[in-house]
Amino acid sequence: MPTLRFKIYRYNPETDAAPYMQDYELQSEPAGKMLLDALLLLKEQDDTLSLRKSCREGVCGSDAMNINGRNGLACITPLDSLGETVTLRPLPGLPVIRDLIVDMTQFFNQYRSIKPYLINNDPPPETERLQSPAQRAHLNGLYECILCGCCSTACPSFWWNPDKFVGPAGLLQAYRFLADSRDQATAERLDDLEDPYRLFRCHTIMNCVDVCPKELNPTEAIGNIKDMMVKRMV
Amino acid sequence: MVNRVVVGAHYGLRDWLIQRVTAVVMAVYSLALGGWLMWQPYVDYDIWTALFSSQWMRIFTLLFLLSLLLHAWVGVRDVVMDYVKLAGVRLVIHVLVILTLIVYAIWSVQILWGM
Repeated sequence: MPTLRFKIYRYNPETDAAPYMQDYELQSEPAGKMLLDALLLLKEQDDTLSLRKSCREGVCGSDAMNINGRNGLACITPLDSLGETVTLRPLPGLPVIRDLIVDMTQFFNQYRSIKPYLINNDPPPETERLQSPAQRAHLNGLYECILCGCCSTACPSFWWNPDKFVGPAGLLQAYRFLADSRDQATAERLDDLEDPYRLFRCHTIMNCVDVCPKELNPTEAIGNIKDMMVKRMV
Repeated sequence: MVNRVVVGAHYGLRDWLIQRVTAVVMAVYSLALGGWLMWQPYVDYDIWTALFSSQWMRIFTLLFLLSLLLHAWVGVRDVVMDYVKLAGVRLVIHVLVILTLIVYAIWSVQILWGM
């Protein structure tokens, strides 16, 4: 059975003066396994190794981490795609709580700031607020986001200004509500994003598109928001 | 004063548009001037001054230079916003950059119409 090698970022703020990389070895067949499977086997060896996980099938977004220098979800990353030594670090740019677990507060503060819910002042109808199939189609590529944080923590603009720049995940969701035919707060939403920090820190380097495990395109959504603003101004 | 994260300056689109439009102006001018240079068998001082003695050439060159300065303003400001965290220092740098760019603009006019 092949030996798999791992270098994993370890940090326990209660006992460690500084973070360090720890080597692990695992006797296991990589074919057919995901990275998360290997991590759970490593956790049987060393139960102090800390990580988040929940659904283990790429739906909850809990096990986002930096895998060989690239953000992704451990549960849907095939182990045999990762090479001889797998280097794992927490998502970059966020405070580390312990090992691979980061503090997502800033990320979710930005998400909350774009009002991620339908704003509609009409009285609720008897059944649902209806959309045509064409109107519904505009939400494709937007609603699928699982808020794992891979994109925002791959974005240098978010690293520099996580308190001010909404980040690709938040902006994708901002556009998700701007694109929703049932939402009535378009002007307020655009006003809120018309800001040198909140939206215009994006310089279109597309790290977000590169890493998104759901293959979404936050850069395109940001471009669409800018287009709406231009349309409103001219 | 309380120390809170303050955002919501409600500008940004205009600067972003300026950066894009000025990039197009610079690209068109650079290609035109580059094309002219390739088309000339050789260029000496007389040919160069003759080119710039035309009023249109001076106007388009000034348009190019003003585009460059505006483009530089948005770019430098973005860098300062990322790296300079103290608002007071940021303001001082912004003012110095603006004043420097205005000096360059005046200087450009003097060079172009003094040839």
